[in-house]
Amino acid sequence: MNQLSRRRFLKISGATIAASTAVTSLGSVVKGAKKIEEKTGTSIKGVQKIPTYCSMCFWKCSAIGYVKDGKLWKIEGNPEDPLSNGRLCPRGTGGVGAHYDPDRLKYPLIRKGKRGEEKWVHVTWDEAFEFIAKKMNKIKKNYGAESLGFFSHGIGGGFIKHLLKAYGTRNIAAPSFDQCLGPRDTAFEITYGDVIGGPERTDIENAKCIVLLGSHIGENMHNTQVQEFSKAVENGASIIVVDPRLSTAATKAKYYLPIKPGTDLALLLTWMNVLISENLYDKEYIDKYAFGFEQLKAEVSQYTPEWAYPITGIQPNVIRETAREMARYKPSTLVHPGRHSVWYGDDTQRGRALAIMSALLGNWGRKGGLINQDVFDIPSYPYPKYPETTREKADNPNHKYPFGGAEGYTTGLREATLTEKPYPIKGWFVYGTNLLYSLPNMQETIDAIQKLDLLVVIDVVPSEIAGYADVVLPESVYLERYDELFAPYFKQPFVSLRQPVIDAPNDQKPGWWIAKQLGHKLGLDKYFPWKNAEEYLDTRLKKAGLSLEIMKKKGVVKGPKIPLYFEEGMDAEFDTPTGKIELYSMHLAKEGYDPIPKFTKHAEPPAGSFRLLFGRAPMHSFSRTQTNRLLTNVMDENEVWINADIAKNYGLKSGDYIKLKNQDGVISNKIKVKATERIRTDCVYIVHGFGHNSRMLKGAYHKGASDSQLITKYKIDPLMGGTGMNINFVTFETEV
Amino acid sequence: MARYGMVIDTKKCVGCTDCVIACETENNVPEGFARDWIEQIAVGKFPDTTVEIRSERCNHCSDAPCVTCCPTGASHHSDLGGIVLVTPNECIGCKACIESCPYGARFVNPEGYVEKCTFCIHRVKEGKDPACVSVCPTHCMHFGDLDDPNSEVSKLLQKRRNHSLIPEAGTNPNIFYLT
Repeated sequence: MNQLSRRRFLKISGATIAASTAVTSLGSVVKGAKKIEEKTGTSIKGVQKIPTYCSMCFWKCSAIGYVKDGKLWKIEGNPEDPLSNGRLCPRGTGGVGAHYDPDRLKYPLIRKGKRGEEKWVHVTWDEAFEFIAKKMNKIKKNYGAESLGFFSHGIGGGFIKHLLKAYGTRNIAAPSFDQCLGPRDTAFEITYGDVIGGPERTDIENAKCIVLLGSHIGENMHNTQVQEFSKAVENGASIIVVDPRLSTAATKAKYYLPIKPGTDLALLLTWMNVLISENLYDKEYIDKYAFGFEQLKAEVSQYTPEWAYPITGIQPNVIRETAREMARYKPSTLVHPGRHSVWYGDDTQRGRALAIMSALLGNWGRKGGLINQDVFDIPSYPYPKYPETTREKADNPNHKYPFGGAEGYTTGLREATLTEKPYPIKGWFVYGTNLLYSLPNMQETIDAIQKLDLLVVIDVVPSEIAGYADVVLPESVYLERYDELFAPYFKQPFVSLRQPVIDAPNDQKPGWWIAKQLGHKLGLDKYFPWKNAEEYLDTRLKKAGLSLEIMKKKGVVKGPKIPLYFEEGMDAEFDTPTGKIELYSMHLAKEGYDPIPKFTKHAEPPAGSFRLLFGRAPMHSFSRTQTNRLLTNVMDENEVWINADIAKNYGLKSGDYIKLKNQDGVISNKIKVKATERIRTDCVYIVHGFGHNSRMLKGAYHKGASDSQLITKYKIDPLMGGTGMNINFVTFETEV
Repeated sequence: MARYGMVIDTKKCVGCTDCVIACETENNVPEGFARDWIEQIAVGKFPDTTVEIRSERCNHCSDAPCVTCCPTGASHHSDLGGIVLVTPNECIGCKACIESCPYGARFVNPEGYVEKCTFCIHRVKEGKDPACVSVCPTHCMHFGDLDDPNSEVSKLLQKRRNHSLIPEAGTNPNIFYLT
């Protein structure tokens, strides 16, 4: 058992459930379904403006839906929202297309062919619940309730999570941790006793120098981050971008360092060496707040710029110059901790290096740095206690990965399903995540599915994972439903409401309703004491001195301002074993890991092969949005970025189609070439989320290629279980 | 009379296409078409590549060939700030204006008439910015009267290096890009 405090992990693990539990009888089970939501603006003449919060990505900006003559017209940002400041991102603006998406799931489906064949019988909700409840009861009887696992992404999964906890399982995992920000937050918690969180605690707008390592703000479209980055650009902040690809952010940079992929840790350790050996670090800050400086100094003395040059490809003078540039603007030099950080399997240690850099620059708790956040406290619903579980969680037996823990390991749960160890997992619920495209090694997921007696997928579109389900439950999109309240840690605490702007077009239902109805079938009525979402939300809001009525009008309510920096009164105590910022980690020393990060070399692609890198486009979210016609209108397929010289060698030009073949012989769908002067010669880059193979996704079928298909190899971070995915190599198949 | 135009800061733009999508919903642009779009122009050899990212649309030219070549007068300068508009029921769909536009800013609406950016004149009349300007998360776009020396757009042009697109076409475009 590790000793991290995890006071905030619940908040960042994706499937937030602020509530903890609950209960009673429902009226009619399914017949009354039509009336479950209060009628929305439909059939009213003129324009209605209805506040809600967005779900096109997981930033969850507050928005205002415009309904004109009963039809959804447009969505704008809510000017009161501290995340969007009234301006949504392209996906938020394009949320209209989610409602009108012709490829949406419309009715509950039960599988009739083999798994993956996508052959279905349309059933009623009652039939679907009956089918699921029977299987769940059988699993509980034969294997125990813990033999049901839940994979979830997004706040919408909260009610389903509550249902499954009431059923008796704790085997819950989210790709937002293991396949995304887990290593980063584990590293900062080890170092500072607190996480970076999401929305990130980065004071980008006040930073005078911003350092981005592989963090492609602008393509990664998290709204507040992009808005603040743009403000920093306007203010003339000095921007240093380290990336094998000239990202959008890199085009704004004063210093662009085209690093060899996989060597960021070498650069970070060398920057530390320069900051310390040239006495450029914040000595007063380190003396006051940090632990282990002498050990750090001794450790990094070996990492000179001359040592780093052949490893990273970055010239020694550039390494020195950029370190000095950072020191010039300290403490307002923000070394951005990044977000998606599962790259090479030593990612927590790279995160540690980022955390230590921030400390050397005196940046945590300072203006333009990593600042204070707090939460608008909304008491949870007074549910009865969940049933006790007797067996340990199946995803991390004997705490194989000592750090991380509570959030659950997606690939650990998958492995337990495959191996039936420490005990069999016979059922999966999957909410809002296209598991085949979010976990590395698709085949392992498919193999694990063959072990299941029940796979239930709850989603809005028929993603690839839905194709493998026994039962598919069509959820209404975020614009058509109530959901959990959103009250994240942020520099301006606030709470926001998701409420229906428009009715669902077919037989789609909200998650809260699905959970309550299925709960009834399972005899778990005591965990659903509320009549409907309105009653649930109003109960919680009233306890916080608000009400559903107020929230329905405003959409978002702000809490009092909080101190953001040490000088304003931000807490300068650190929840670590020494009570200080741990440059030298006591946690890591105790568990037998490097207490100060060390550089590890990663395999390089053999001649003729290229490292496969992937990232995001501003107008799409994961593999969830490629059938939204407003978004496909601006991007309907991805391209493979190939260095112009390399492309020429292969006789390729922009617009040609090729296939990519990975080291294990897996061949991608065809993908368009982008021959460009914006990437190194030893890697290629594609945007994640395209290359759909579900025939039900008509608007996205076979458009572009999927990185997920090519990521057969992954390296697990021994500290916290994250899956490093940038270790796959590809060659070009030019005959397509 | 005012001369409406836009000043767009390429340093701040990230090319996210929010402007394109906001235009689509605001103006109910038919699926598969767009009144505005993003260009990313890369120049130079990696890693010394520079990239200009631009949000482009009709330039609402003061000397607009699309207006002079229109046989019916459907294509015209509005009295409101010289915004170039097309009157749908006067347009015969001959496409002469599409040929004459150096910016490729026009297309034929499936209903048969030519369509293009209107600077969201319905919003401008209400004192609002065009949808693309008001949605932009990077605040890189500015709309206003280029003939008013005190307008935000005029001040930005006085202060910052800028260029217009294809000035050699002689159309006197009214959209400027800060670099």
